[in-house]
Amino acid sequence: MQQRKEQLPPGFRGFLVRLGRIDRRWIYLAVAVAIGVPMLAELRLPEVPEKKARATFEAIESIPEGSIVLLSFDYDPASEAELEPMANAMVHHCASKGHRIVFMALWPLGKQMADKTIDSVLKYYHPDKVEGVDYAQLGFKTGNEGVIKLLANSIDGAYTTDAAGTAISEIPLLANVRSVGDFKLVASISAGYPGAQQWVQYADSAMPEAFKLVGGTTGVQSSQLLPYFPTQMEGMLIAVKGAAEYETLVTEKYPVTESPERLGIGRERMGPQLVAHLLIIALIVLGNISMLAARGLKGGAR
Amino acid sequence: MLQRTIPMLILSASGLILILAYFSPVTVVWSDTVVGWFNILAGVAFVLGAGNLLAVNLEKISARRPGWAYAAITLASFGAMLVVGLGKWGAVPNPSFPDVHLAGDQDSTQSAYGWVYEYVLSPLTATMFAMLAFYVASAAFRAFRAKNIESILLLGTAFIILLAQVAAGAFLTNWIPEDRWYSFVRAEQLKEIILNVFQTSGMRAILIGIALGTAATSLRLILGIDRSALSKG
Amino acid sequence: MAVLFAMWIGASVVMADAVVAAGVTSAAAVAAAPMPPAAEDVLLEDVPEDAGGALSVRWRTPDPSVSAGAVIERRATDAERAKDPNLLWVEVARLGKDAVALQQSAHVLSELSNSEPTRVRVSIIGTDGELSEFVESEPLTPSVTIFSLSRLPLFIVVLVVSMAVLGWVVAARMGASTRIRRIAALEAVDEAVGRATEMGRTVLFVPGIQDMNDIQTIAGITVLGRVAKTAAEYDARLEVPTCRSIVMTAAREAVQSAHLAAGRPETYSEGNINYITDEQFGYVAYLSGQMTREKPAACFYMGAFYAESLVLAENGNSIGAIQIAGTAEPSQLPFFVAACDYTLIGEEFFAASAYLSGERDQLGSIKGQDVGKALAIGSILVGATLLTAGALLPDSVVGGRLGFLGNVIRAFFGG
Repeated sequence: MQQRKEQLPPGFRGFLVRLGRIDRRWIYLAVAVAIGVPMLAELRLPEVPEKKARATFEAIESIPEGSIVLLSFDYDPASEAELEPMANAMVHHCASKGHRIVFMALWPLGKQMADKTIDSVLKYYHPDKVEGVDYAQLGFKTGNEGVIKLLANSIDGAYTTDAAGTAISEIPLLANVRSVGDFKLVASISAGYPGAQQWVQYADSAMPEAFKLVGGTTGVQSSQLLPYFPTQMEGMLIAVKGAAEYETLVTEKYPVTESPERLGIGRERMGPQLVAHLLIIALIVLGNISMLAARGLKGGAR
Repeated sequence: MLQRTIPMLILSASGLILILAYFSPVTVVWSDTVVGWFNILAGVAFVLGAGNLLAVNLEKISARRPGWAYAAITLASFGAMLVVGLGKWGAVPNPSFPDVHLAGDQDSTQSAYGWVYEYVLSPLTATMFAMLAFYVASAAFRAFRAKNIESILLLGTAFIILLAQVAAGAFLTNWIPEDRWYSFVRAEQLKEIILNVFQTSGMRAILIGIALGTAATSLRLILGIDRSALSKG
Repeated sequence: MAVLFAMWIGASVVMADAVVAAGVTSAAAVAAAPMPPAAEDVLLEDVPEDAGGALSVRWRTPDPSVSAGAVIERRATDAERAKDPNLLWVEVARLGKDAVALQQSAHVLSELSNSEPTRVRVSIIGTDGELSEFVESEPLTPSVTIFSLSRLPLFIVVLVVSMAVLGWVVAARMGASTRIRRIAALEAVDEAVGRATEMGRTVLFVPGIQDMNDIQTIAGITVLGRVAKTAAEYDARLEVPTCRSIVMTAAREAVQSAHLAAGRPETYSEGNINYITDEQFGYVAYLSGQMTREKPAACFYMGAFYAESLVLAENGNSIGAIQIAGTAEPSQLPFFVAACDYTLIGEEFFAASAYLSGERDQLGSIKGQDVGKALAIGSILVGATLLTAGALLPDSVVGGRLGFLGNVIRAFFGG
């Protein structure tokens, strides 16, 4: 595209005006540095848990020890960076509290996401947990909210076997579980549709008193879920920030000695996020200063 | 005439059945049939899409048009995944039917399909998503300019959320006591107010508009007032 | 003859029951295991608000600790017995331990006859596999729900909005004003396509990443028709890469008829409208590459978009294209607003088709839509005022009544 040559004022003002028209690749480079350096330097900052993270922690703490909880992994690799930390912390929290966990997924790759968390957290920190007794992996089921509707009626309406092919009736953990109403808590860690919103609409609304519902969500999706907290969803974790706060609460009460970094991914990622946010604020301020500097120039900065 | 009338009738009937099924459980079976038809059509149309993909890329390669090497890579990947997926290479045998190869499971990375999914597609997907970080920064730099009162408000809100989302918010405002009437200026409380009050109410207003727009558009299509989606004829 | 036949059937039923009972008894005697206590309070209940054919069986398991499951049998229907006169009971469910783990158990039976009563019987399976005595329920016929009463409020809202839309269509035909405000994004279509023509570059149209069953895709295709007509008139090259095969077919038809309408059928080229991939980020990768290489002068994003919205809009911005977006995905609107020149926000996007057509009928329907909006605003204002008054005056009679009215409105809308 042909650009009309324009006379820039000399000196510092000219520099400021030029700054507003900086090639975006410099911005990309700055972002890469702002994320890369704190990541390599392992910058960690203390997280002060806020209301939503505390409510999520309390929801899991308040149900009786040994309760059966349902964790639905409704995300895929695209949002893994944002949602994996909270999934890891939640599984460690549930297992440490003695709850028994049923894993499922409404997203095709959700099962792989759950498998990853089972391997890196459940089997690693809680090797005594036995599959079928302390936890079960039901896997992915196609049908979006239809699966939730079926689960609200009966588990075997949606799943006849677990992910490994064992009949539901032969899994000791599910012996007393007929429908989603028999879980004490349901958590959906979701990146969009189908996800936490559908769990509210089709499971919680069908039996609001039966179980507690908590949701983990990406930052972008959070605005659509906020109206449900705290009435329908008793706890809510928003993006890496929510995960980092929740991790803090979980590891304070249930610390781990070996490889604590597996339960610190959220806090680890908050360091780069802090620097990136500050960079964005700096960029916005610079852009505005440049706009002010260009005021009065012909064809000045837009 | 027929090219337009018959699709119009199908559209109207399908639309009415889907609405009716929501209010009348006895007609749910009809709506299931309509949805079933759509799924069958979408399945058949996939063959059309695959055929188109082949034709376009083969044409690119044979004419040595710019970027033909990408077309060759696309076709090679397409063919390889097709063979691997349909042939179920390395699939984990199904415990119920261990001798039937095609009953095997391709979820795990032991199978070629699962391996490609886990180690090629997943990282590529995550990479594309991660690029958003760069685009967000450059879009923010360009778009957040304090040109008028509204944009200044937007800018201020953005600053509060950006700071409150990271430790900087707590660092800057934690000295404000939590039990005073002015505690709402603490970063985390300001963020809550912005998200729960202003953002949620704005979002709900937009959603109500979208819902009404969807209803009116559907009505125009079902009643044949808007025929632009059925362009033939 | 018929009477004799009926007597014979009746006799055989009694005999068969006796044989079954004897069989069960003898099997129990051979196993010498204690028979589990029989189910109690076996009851059939209708499944509410369904298409019929379903009943819920409820029973009490006296001692879950010695129960390993339950068997539910249904009395054979007349049709089944006509085929096989010896058939008395049909096993419809054999449930595992989970079904009797708690004392109160239930199981839903489906695909039952709506025309004759269903009778079931339940037996508890003991831990050694032996069956308890069967306990029968009272007969019940599944009821068919023609209209779901719980959805009546929504039905009324749908009816009011539909009538308002239709009323305004009729009013528009009779000459009522159909003036609606100017939508800048749609006015800019000519400018964007014209600029692409002047620069000798292409126009890129992205109809979202959803299929034709998404109303946003349909709205996108209608806007495509208008963009294609302008492009045909200006003789600009329009490219439409699609994420779904059916969308490709629909887009081809829309563009072809736009060329016909513009009087330039010979310039239509099917090859410019292609299917890429269903995979979200694969599609985005293609579009990003295409934009960087071909540098289209105008980019349109009209349809359902998710995480890719900003990737596309920023790429378009980096190549200096005029960008016009339209979507009803609330979470993606801020990205489009930040990076595009014009954005159709939610309902504007749906109004685009009517706006572009300029037809009185269609413009009238947009006016009708506003009645729905007035209804929503009125309900929110009245409901919020009443509930606030109720909350502020909790002890007064007036406050209580106002609060009650507010709650009635809330309940009507399902709150």
